[in-house]
Amino acid sequence: MTLYLLRRLLSLSLTLLAASIVVFLVTEIIPGDPAAFMMGINADPAAIAALRSELGLDQPVAFRYLNWIVGMLQGDFGQSYTYRVPVSELVGDRIAVSLPLTLYALALSTLIAFPAGVFAASRRNAPGDIAIMGVTQLGVAVPNFWFAMLLVLLFAITLQWFSAGGFPGWDAGVLVALKSLTLPAIALALPQASILARVMRSSLLDTLDEDFVRTARAKGLSRSQALWGHALRNALIPVLTIVGLQFSFLLAGGIIIENVFYLPGLGRLVFQAISQRDLIVVRSVIILLVFAVVAVTFLVDIAYAIADPRLRRQRR
Amino acid sequence: MSVLSVRNLDLKIGRIPILEDVDLTLDAGHILGIVGESGSGKSMTALAIMQLLPRAARWTGTIEVAGNDVGAMSERALCTMRGRDVSMIFQEPMTALNPVHTIGDQVAEVVRIHGEAGRRHAHARAIEVLGRVGLPPDRVAPDRYPHELSGGQRQRVAIAMAIALRPKLLIADEPTTALDVTTQAQILDLLRKLVREDGMGMMFITHDLAVVAGLADEVAVMKKGRVVETGPTRQLFRQMRHPYTRALFTASAHVPERQPRIETAATPVLEVRDVVRDYPRPRKNLFQAQAPFRAVDHVSLTVRAGENVGLVGESGCGKSTLARAILALEAVQAGEIHLNGKAFSSAGAGPDIRQRAAAQVVFQDPYGSFNPRHRVRRLVSEPFFLMPESPQDADRERRIGKALEDVGLTAGDADKYIHEFSGGQRQRIAIARALIIEPSLIVLDEAVSALDVSIRAQILDLLAGLSDRLGLSYLFISHDLTVVRAITDRVLVMQAGRIVEDGSTEDIFHNPRHPYTRSLLAATPSLAAALDEPSGETVET
Amino acid sequence: MSAPPADRNAEGNFLGAALRHPAFIAGLVLTLLFVGAALLSYLWTPYDPTRLDIAAKLQTPTSGHWFGTDHFGRDIFSMLMVGARVSIAVAIIAVGIGVSLGVPLGLYAAAHRGSLLDEVVMRGNDLIFAFPSLLLAILITAVFGPGAVNAIIAIGIFNIPVFARLSRGAALSLWTREFVLAARVAGKGRARISVEHILPNLMNLLIVQGTIQFSLAVLAEAALAYVGLGAQPPLPSWGRMLADAQTFISLAPHLALFPGLAIVLTVLGLNLLGDGLRDLHDPRLRRART
Repeated sequence: MTLYLLRRLLSLSLTLLAASIVVFLVTEIIPGDPAAFMMGINADPAAIAALRSELGLDQPVAFRYLNWIVGMLQGDFGQSYTYRVPVSELVGDRIAVSLPLTLYALALSTLIAFPAGVFAASRRNAPGDIAIMGVTQLGVAVPNFWFAMLLVLLFAITLQWFSAGGFPGWDAGVLVALKSLTLPAIALALPQASILARVMRSSLLDTLDEDFVRTARAKGLSRSQALWGHALRNALIPVLTIVGLQFSFLLAGGIIIENVFYLPGLGRLVFQAISQRDLIVVRSVIILLVFAVVAVTFLVDIAYAIADPRLRRQRR
Repeated sequence: MSVLSVRNLDLKIGRIPILEDVDLTLDAGHILGIVGESGSGKSMTALAIMQLLPRAARWTGTIEVAGNDVGAMSERALCTMRGRDVSMIFQEPMTALNPVHTIGDQVAEVVRIHGEAGRRHAHARAIEVLGRVGLPPDRVAPDRYPHELSGGQRQRVAIAMAIALRPKLLIADEPTTALDVTTQAQILDLLRKLVREDGMGMMFITHDLAVVAGLADEVAVMKKGRVVETGPTRQLFRQMRHPYTRALFTASAHVPERQPRIETAATPVLEVRDVVRDYPRPRKNLFQAQAPFRAVDHVSLTVRAGENVGLVGESGCGKSTLARAILALEAVQAGEIHLNGKAFSSAGAGPDIRQRAAAQVVFQDPYGSFNPRHRVRRLVSEPFFLMPESPQDADRERRIGKALEDVGLTAGDADKYIHEFSGGQRQRIAIARALIIEPSLIVLDEAVSALDVSIRAQILDLLAGLSDRLGLSYLFISHDLTVVRAITDRVLVMQAGRIVEDGSTEDIFHNPRHPYTRSLLAATPSLAAALDEPSGETVET
Repeated sequence: MSAPPADRNAEGNFLGAALRHPAFIAGLVLTLLFVGAALLSYLWTPYDPTRLDIAAKLQTPTSGHWFGTDHFGRDIFSMLMVGARVSIAVAIIAVGIGVSLGVPLGLYAAAHRGSLLDEVVMRGNDLIFAFPSLLLAILITAVFGPGAVNAIIAIGIFNIPVFARLSRGAALSLWTREFVLAARVAGKGRARISVEHILPNLMNLLIVQGTIQFSLAVLAEAALAYVGLGAQPPLPSWGRMLADAQTFISLAPHLALFPGLAIVLTVLGLNLLGDGLRDLHDPRLRRART
């Protein structure tokens, strides 16, 4: 198991490294002169030159890249060009919104999807199954930002149970803050829960057809004992991958949803930075999100190794 | 006392009749063999007794297990019955166990689920039962997972689960079909012993007459959902009242007539010298690579023109790997392969395309050997690709037609798709594809192993006739010694990547020298031997 | 005991089975409806979708404007028709990029398993999957500027590893099948076998995945357009119509209703179509039904 996890860690580190090179190329090399790009076409050449030296653009490319990486490893993401504050400070504030939102949505998605998927699979082709499959079919097709607008229309404007947007900050109290993240989390979670429930159902149905479930039934286990005791754990193994992928989707989806609810998260930051051409902020946020995805992938790998004894020994 | 009584069992799946008027009885301490070819309804009968039928199945009649009418039982009562009064072992040990639970837990579960013992006591019982089936804790720890066990060991675990509560009836559905002969012999001995010790009744389902003849007290022969003949084993095989029983018997022992003309003087068709085939193994840890796995270990062999050579050995002995190396599908790490005197290997740009035409192949699986999207014409003529100028138009049609007629089909079959043919016909098409460019060697890799005995007999006749008529050489790879004996002139015995014995078929079977050959022969069930023996094995109550 | 043939009647009664599959029919009808609307929009729309008519702004549906008008008085129905065109064009090209690059890469990687290129393809896949899907699009549009073409490229890049991984995995299992070994014994090279034997047997899988990716691309395009990184004005697009509608959500909720429904129904239609195709091609399911 250690070997397997070490190998995964190595491969994920390489992925992270490659991703950092891609981000560096796209934000530093492809725009030609990042300083000119950031200041716009009508900028004063002297100001561009000043920014160039501030960003260290007169240094060799490899040096700039290493500088960036080493800086990040020390927690230094550079100075935002528009806000004139360290990027780490900007990002730190925003992560306090984006990460809780993503985890909130992931928890909702999982809590809704697992019971729904198991329920549907245990009633294959019965009315309950067909109803859940119909609802999830619709859920998969709904764009989360549109769903968010409908939620605002119903719960904020018509019923006035929630505010239509904004975030009071964690200082206002955990419950108050969570309440303001509830509609965004639901908007993010339901479409993903639909996907997860469908995957859960089909994985469980596949597992229920396996020989060892028939063996369990021959031992005297009832249908539901065989499902809970034997099929479920095996069925969860492929579902783990999907849960990991969902984290990535929810993180990206959050960027969009934050715009619907005017939440001061990474998404808002990134779009402001894009419109202000602040590449320093853009690349920092993106590399952070990639890091989060890679970290979650590794967590999923660990979960895999725990769930599947075959992995504890060897895996390609 | 009767532990199983089935009367007038009719079963349909949807509108398709599967079983018709099946009657069976089995007494405690007896073994009832159910024999039949695929589609005869053997397995469905077993599932009906267990009441684990597919959803669409509907049945009528009476099934009594240990005096209880299963048709009148609730699902809850059935759950209590399964595992306690009646239990079952399935064919495929590789998939029959849950991969994420330890074997000890899986055996203990039977004890726990029936309320026989609490968690800790159940575990102690599991260790005891695993010991009974030959898996004592000091050799195979109960906290092992199924993937860490061999196929035979897994089947023992399945048996342990089945007999943990000493059921009155044990149903074994082809429990040894997926196992090697020596493992099969051990499992059969184990089952025989358990039946005797526990006094349970066993219903043993198999396609193999020799296995059933050596094991069962009574036999029921099934064909197309009906029991065509039933009776005490010896008596049934002596009299064979029903023509189907007779046909099965003849086909099982079928030896095709052959007049081989082996050219000893000419250059051998195939010469393999000191061939080695290694596979890399996964690393042990980050810093230490493992020595590669040597699947074929310095093997040499010769096949002469017109000669049929058998290559036998158990699974994993390297025989299929050797076949692929001979066909230049895989590179070898050492040694040479000569085809009609010229080197033949996949090294570099691969073998000369014209040379490839000399060696063709027929695989085991009649369903996987063809691209389902092509018509038979295109399937059969694929090897024309190997000819410098592949025949066109009328000549092409004529040769396709001839190849199909050579294997007992018609030229008109060229227009059909592969799914329109049965398993036996597909194997004929595979042979036609191998024949069409007139190779000198055909490698037959378990080519008749997936076929029912009656079809197998026909294909063996076809192969023997073709070899005699065209002077073809075969390298006949099989795990089945009976078949190899019927069709070959010479036999090579392979064990753990090495050829341990090489001799004429007669010699090897009558006078085996290597201990491994002897153990293989001793483990192979023989129909004739089982019927000649005095009745010492049968247990009367 | 052998399994029934896997591909029995693969073509034979496809049509008959399709006609008895309600979800497939529903998916086909929905898909054709939106493709039809997109094609029709080149010839005819009720109004010019870019014509401003401030006097008629924010109308609820009437017989004149079937789906009402937006805050500039533009006809929603006409905008939806042209928006379908953008949606479908972006999705087709993006999935096309994914298929035309991903499938050959996957086939090559499978044919040369363990080779350097196989490793490069697989690691490249990991790399692209490490970027949360929309993030890649955001990065690209941040540098190259927003627009339909950049949206296509961004979504297309994300589709490459999807198809590369799918076709590599399926091809690897086909390479061990005996009919492929037979073709190798018949002297055929890896490239020829990939084209003659592997690709045709991947087609069902690719068609099913294609429809799913198509629906994901429609969703992605809408999301990009919603945040202003998709097709630029004056070209109407569903995502931006929703972004505009958000401002007027309490005043004129119908502005948000119709573009949203258009997206949902298109995606639903494509998903039903994909599920239907999979059911019709999956021998396991077909067996279960008989």
